[in-house]
Amino acid sequence: MSVERLAERLRGRHPDMVLARGEATIAVDRSELLDVLRGLREDEPVALDFLSSVTATDWPGRAPRYWVVYELLSMAHRHRLRVKVGLPEGDERIASVTSLFPTANWHEREVFDLFGIVFEGHPDLRRIMLPEGWDGHPLRKTEELGGVDTPYRGAFIPPVDKRVR
Amino acid sequence: MNEPVSRIGVGSLDPSAAADLREETMVINMGPQHPSTHGVLRLLLELDGETVISCRPIVGYLHTGIEKNVEYRTWQQGVTYVTRADYLAPFFNELAYSLAAERLLGIEAPPRATVIRVLLCELNRVASHFVWLATGGMELGAVSVMLYGFRERELILDIFEAVTGLRMNHAFIRIGGLPMDLPEAAEERIRDLIGTLRGRIGEYQALLSDNPIWLERNRRVGVLSAEDALAWGVTGPLLRAAGVPKDIRKDEPYCGYETYDFDVPTRTESDCYARYQVRIEEMYESLRIVEQCLDRLEPGPVMVEDPKVRWPSQLEVGPDGIGNSPAYVKHIMEESMEALIHHFKILTQGVEVPEGEIYQVVEAPRGELGLYVVSDGTNIPYRVHMRDPSFANLQSLPRMIEGGLIADAIAVIASVDPVLGGVDR
Repeated sequence: MSVERLAERLRGRHPDMVLARGEATIAVDRSELLDVLRGLREDEPVALDFLSSVTATDWPGRAPRYWVVYELLSMAHRHRLRVKVGLPEGDERIASVTSLFPTANWHEREVFDLFGIVFEGHPDLRRIMLPEGWDGHPLRKTEELGGVDTPYRGAFIPPVDKRVR
Repeated sequence: MNEPVSRIGVGSLDPSAAADLREETMVINMGPQHPSTHGVLRLLLELDGETVISCRPIVGYLHTGIEKNVEYRTWQQGVTYVTRADYLAPFFNELAYSLAAERLLGIEAPPRATVIRVLLCELNRVASHFVWLATGGMELGAVSVMLYGFRERELILDIFEAVTGLRMNHAFIRIGGLPMDLPEAAEERIRDLIGTLRGRIGEYQALLSDNPIWLERNRRVGVLSAEDALAWGVTGPLLRAAGVPKDIRKDEPYCGYETYDFDVPTRTESDCYARYQVRIEEMYESLRIVEQCLDRLEPGPVMVEDPKVRWPSQLEVGPDGIGNSPAYVKHIMEESMEALIHHFKILTQGVEVPEGEIYQVVEAPRGELGLYVVSDGTNIPYRVHMRDPSFANLQSLPRMIEGGLIADAIAVIASVDPVLGGVDR
C-alpha cells in the first residue's frame, strides 16, 4: 500500500496524522500506545507487524519535552509508519512494548540509558551502552560535553562547543 | 535442539555422585576480549557440561557517543562520524545519512554520483562479506579461508583507497553527491577485479560447500525460524536464510535500485549453512550490480550545482593520496575575494537544513540500516539515531545458542556477523 493510501485509511482514527516527504507520522497519547500498536498490527490491510526502531528526541523548553519514536514496517505490504508519543518533563514514563515486539527490549534499554525514559513493564530495564553506575543520560540536550585533560602543563582541551571557532 | 554429546566421566562415577554433578552448572564469561566474538562482544554463558543453558549478550564496550557527537557538528561534518559506526560497511552509513539530509534539503545527487554510490556500496558489501567469510572460517578452524578472505578484501580496499584516499571510514559519500570523481583508469581496474573476485568466490565454494567438516559445523546449527526472526527485529542475510525475501533494495528502492537487474537469494533451512549460502550468492549478485554500474557510467558532475549546498573545495588525488586542487587554491587565494568568503562561510557554518524528520533506510550487508534524522532548521543536526542491523540481530543470539553446544555458539556468532562498532555506536 502506498503511504498516501495508508494515510487515507488511518486518518479516520488519527485525524492529526502528518504526511511529509513521503513518510506518515501519527502522534499517540501514552495511555493508548499499546492499544494503537496492537490495532495497527492486527488490522489486516495495515498489518504493521515489524518494529524497526525505537528512539527518542529531547526538546528542552517545549511541551512535551520528550518524544519517543517508533518506526513500524509492514512485512506484507512494505509500508512504514512512524508513531510518536510525547512525554512531559519530570514524568518520563511510558509503557514498554516488549510484550508486542520482543525486539523492543534492547531499543528501550538504549533509550532508557541515553535519555532516562522509563519503560514500565520492561523485563530487564538496565543501562546497555554505558557502565552501571553512570551518572546522567548523555543524549539529553541538557547534558554537557566534557573536555579532555592533557599531561602537557595542565592544558585542557575544551569540548567542541566551547572552542573558539 | 542438539543432544549433548559428552559428559566427561559420567559413566565411571558412582550414580549418586553423577546426579550431583548434573545439577551443577558453570557460568563463564566469553569476551569482551575474545577472538571469536568479533570485537568486544561479551557473552555470559551458563553451561551444563558442554550444553549452553542460557546466554546473555552484553554490549556497550565500544560505545563512542557517535550520536551525541553529531549533534555538535555541522551537517557535512556528520558524515565523518556516522561512517565510523559499522566500520565494515562505511559507505552504507554515509549513504543513509546523506540521503536523509538530501531529502530534508529537497535535493538529489546527480546521476553519475548516484551510480558511483551504488557501485561503491556493492563493492563494500562484497568486502564486508569477505570479512564474514574470513572470520567465520577461522573460528571453525578453516584458517586458510581466513587468509584468503582478508587477501581478497584487500583487493577491494585498494580500489577504495584509489577512489577515496582511505581504506575505511572514507567520508566519501557527502550531502549532495561526492567530493570528487573516480580517478583515471578506475573503471578498468574495477572491471578486472570483478573477474578475479568471481573466480576466487568460486574457489571458496569449491573449498567449503561440500566440505564434510564445514557441513557438520554449520548444518542444523543455530536455527532461527522466520517467525522468531521477525519478532526479534532480525533483518538481512539472517532473515533471508529463514525464507523471507526482505531486501530494501527491492521493497523500497533508493538510488535507482529498481533499474538494476539482480536477484535476492533466499534459503529456508535458516541454519548457519543457509546463511553461508545466502551471503555467497549475495556476493555474486553485488558483482552483477557493480558490472551494470560500470556499463551505465556517463560523464557528468558528481556534486549538485547549488553553491549554497555543494562543498566548495575541489579535491584531486595527488601523489600523497589526497589533496586540494592547486587551480582552485589559486582561485580563492589570488583571484576572487567572493570565492574565498563563500569558501569559508560554507566550511565553517555549513548548510542550513529545513526543519523536519526522516527515517532513511538502506540495505546494509547486515540488514536494515535506518537513520532517523531530525533537523530544527539550523546548520547542525538536532538528532541522528542509527538503527544498526547488528544491534537488532544480536538480540536473537540467545534463541540460537541456548540448548546447543558451546562449540556451536562460536559458529552461530560467526553466522550472525555482528559488527560491534555498529551495535555500540
